[in-house]
Amino acid sequence: MDLIRSQTWRANLTLGLLAGALILYCGAIGMIAAFDEREVVNDFISVGRLVLLATPFIVGYMAANRVKSAGGETITALVSGIVTGVLIALPSIILLLFNSDEFRFLLDWSLRLTPFVAATVVAWRMHGDSADTRLLVGTWLLVAVLLGIVLGSLALIFDVKGELRSVLVNINRDWVDVITFDNRGDLLMGIVTYGGMSLGSGLAGSIFYFFPRTPRRALTYGLGVTIVVGAFGETVRLVLQENLERDTLNTLFRRDTLRQSAALALFIISTVVGFLWAMYGQQVRKSVHNMDGSQRRTTRLISTLIFVAILLMLPWLIGRTLSDVAVTIGLFVLMGLGLNIAIGLAGLLDLGYVTNYAVGAYILAVLTSIGPLGLFKGTFTFWMVIPLALLAAMFAGFMFAVPVLRMRGDYLAIATLGFGEIIGKLAISDWLKPIIGGAQGVQAIQKPVFFGAELRNPEQLYYIVLVACLVTLFVSIRLNNSRTGRQWMAIREDEDVATAMGIDTARAKLLAFTLSAATGGVAGAIFAAKVGSVFPNSFTVFISINVLSLIIVGGIASNPGIVVGAIVLIGLPELLREFSDFRFLLYGALLIGMMINRPQGLIPSQIATHEIRSGVQAKAGAGG
Amino acid sequence: MFKWRTEDFSWVDFTIDVLRVLIVLAVIIGSWNTLSSGRISFAQWVNLFIAGLSQGSIYALIALGYTLVYGILLMINFAHGEVFMAGAFSTVFLAEALNRTGFLNTQPMLSIILMILFAGLISMTVAILLERIAYRPLRGSPRLVPLITAIGASFFLQYTFRGLYGSGFKAYPQVKVLQGTVPIGAINIPTVQIFVFVSALFLMLGLHWLVERTRVGKAMRAVSENKEVARLMGIDIDWVIMFTFGVGGFLAGSAGVINGLFRPQGVNFFMGFIPGIKAFTAAVLGGIGNIPGAMLGGLFLGVIEAIGPNLVLAGLGIPGANQLKDVIAFTMLVLVLIFRPQGILGERLSEQKA
Repeated sequence: MDLIRSQTWRANLTLGLLAGALILYCGAIGMIAAFDEREVVNDFISVGRLVLLATPFIVGYMAANRVKSAGGETITALVSGIVTGVLIALPSIILLLFNSDEFRFLLDWSLRLTPFVAATVVAWRMHGDSADTRLLVGTWLLVAVLLGIVLGSLALIFDVKGELRSVLVNINRDWVDVITFDNRGDLLMGIVTYGGMSLGSGLAGSIFYFFPRTPRRALTYGLGVTIVVGAFGETVRLVLQENLERDTLNTLFRRDTLRQSAALALFIISTVVGFLWAMYGQQVRKSVHNMDGSQRRTTRLISTLIFVAILLMLPWLIGRTLSDVAVTIGLFVLMGLGLNIAIGLAGLLDLGYVTNYAVGAYILAVLTSIGPLGLFKGTFTFWMVIPLALLAAMFAGFMFAVPVLRMRGDYLAIATLGFGEIIGKLAISDWLKPIIGGAQGVQAIQKPVFFGAELRNPEQLYYIVLVACLVTLFVSIRLNNSRTGRQWMAIREDEDVATAMGIDTARAKLLAFTLSAATGGVAGAIFAAKVGSVFPNSFTVFISINVLSLIIVGGIASNPGIVVGAIVLIGLPELLREFSDFRFLLYGALLIGMMINRPQGLIPSQIATHEIRSGVQAKAGAGG
Repeated sequence: MFKWRTEDFSWVDFTIDVLRVLIVLAVIIGSWNTLSSGRISFAQWVNLFIAGLSQGSIYALIALGYTLVYGILLMINFAHGEVFMAGAFSTVFLAEALNRTGFLNTQPMLSIILMILFAGLISMTVAILLERIAYRPLRGSPRLVPLITAIGASFFLQYTFRGLYGSGFKAYPQVKVLQGTVPIGAINIPTVQIFVFVSALFLMLGLHWLVERTRVGKAMRAVSENKEVARLMGIDIDWVIMFTFGVGGFLAGSAGVINGLFRPQGVNFFMGFIPGIKAFTAAVLGGIGNIPGAMLGGLFLGVIEAIGPNLVLAGLGIPGANQLKDVIAFTMLVLVLIFRPQGILGERLSEQKA
């Protein structure tokens, strides 16, 4: 009894139930079934099932860790692993029962009984010890009526609609198949299988906690590598395809998934490597640390050269499909670096960045199209229009900046969002249809021509994007340390003080908006050339949110952070196609999580970190 | 505004003044053209006006949520539009169920009250969870941090409901009583518009009573005046903030049902985004933090949105003017933020905050 009441157990039980709720949530929004489409290892395990098994494993590990660090027995730690494993499966199993024909009555009963039970519990806990019966009865009635309305309505809905699936579209056969481990026909068997699996991996997680350090690390590394390679099997195959014989490839992969033997080999090799690293890694790191100046310089030179060589050869190394992804990532790096000038350096939360992207794209489209809407039918080439797109976007940025200069931060964000929506609506309207084509957009945009060769493949466009990114990166690094950059940062920290220091804030803000718009225009123009046509549907608020998210996730005001942010947020969803439906769900969760736990981003900028931390304290102290 | 460097010529002020003149000119010319051409009869104008009032009362209900939260936390709850969507999207199933049992048409009054309560409670739950999980850990951080969180929450909620209920549009069933028109004088007004306006009015009166006449309303006003002093007076700040989110959520959810019965094109997961921004416009228009202001701002925006395209844009010779309804609303947003950020009735914020 003491055991159950102890803090550690409570924490573990809560953890288990929260993880169970998460699994249930992922199932209900269709994530688990969608991820089941992608196999990690051929005919063995899919990403969806991996999520079902890995969650209890990790939670079991955490539970064991908590029990041990609270000074509990080993057996208690193992039991806590088992209990959390069961708890994680519990919510999904309950939903599975509700969903089945035989146990439907459980759903009806619980929906009808819960209001009374919950009202009693709540009333008792709130006013059980008070002498005032009226208060007790009043609370009971209030809770019972409110819950009764909600749950009673739900009961009515499910009564009339029949299956859960007609409301919750993703509680369907696919989900049942994944969760019961293909025992759709025999529900009991399925529940036992899933419960047992979850229990087993919870226990395995807690046992894993007791492994000695070195093998634990080696195994983690081996599993991690195998899972990542397996989950991205399609990508890995595309890369290998460029460099390996077809037959060799077929021994490793069956279509897009890793064969079992290959996965096993990969697991063994990476575990051995992980083992060696766990044994000798410290020494290697020490010897690198002890290198003298000239040795270090040579190593750095060599690694830089390798990095540059990889950047230059990338299209050959990864093939067409992945080059296309690389181009998309590059476009977002461009926009991220641009928007970062406004958000990261000057602290102006611009939510209408898509405007600049649209301006760039439409300028290029209208000037170079050889279709009916093209103004010059091929007199203008890509290279002539790029500077024009840049200037046009800067002009647009300038024009939209003037009215918002006097606004305070949160109003500025909403106003720029309003601009973005206005532009979107205008682009699709009949009014501008004669110029930019309304909903049909502009077609037949010419591809860039480079010394007589038409650049029509992503492999070739990659170099344009690469050059644009490098130039922007250079400018952005220089801006960081320039006088203007310092002015922006001063404005970001405190506008009033900046004005008092003699900074012309209006001028500095205008400059920030204008420069930030420039790269958006270039990115838009390249995008238009890449796709070959421009539709208003490509320019929604989602683009702005994409760019904002990658800046926040990568790290505000941090150039390497933005590159990493773009690779993670733009690249990964392109590679894991099953994932793309849940892209904005993830972005939303990431924005919330980052703001709460890590406002400085994945790769923080040194200065910004300092300022965010001290800023939070200062504001908290002053505001109260 | 008091200018201490009057000798300097400010380009920004100049541009803004030019913008002001241009907009006034556009409005005058457009209206003159339309009115002198006489394309739209007086009765049609009255109909547009009343349709605008109905739509505006829905904006007003959502705007109240923004204003209540802003009054207390000084924070733009950007995800409020999604709270509205949560109620509206969830209740469409209840409406279908009621319709299929026939209850909706035999007892329309009861069914609609039940739907409003259900939607309100669902939205309330979403709003409270949002506050508890996403916003509470960030109290006291710089203003942009909760705003970015709210943007994240907005997309998170949209795609959660997309995952739960699917991505298609679902239409509310038609209620027979609400079909048809009511003749008032020479003008026929659709019954549903009267229903929307009246039910929104009832909800707003309820809110007024809650804020002005009850203990918890007094606590809300105290917290929005000064959190520290309110705490010293024995008010549980966290509870009051949660309650405020809950009330805002309830109003948004009921607005969702009213909106669903009013507009036939149906509901989906993205339906809350645009009304959310518009309701924010309404809140700023009336003066954010100001409860009567939000109501007035909502009605005003609804009317402008209904009349503006036909009066101004059509008069300027822009084709397909009604497509640009949203443009009018968003232009209003930007204009209010530029020229009168304190709104028509003025912000109601205590000294320390403003």
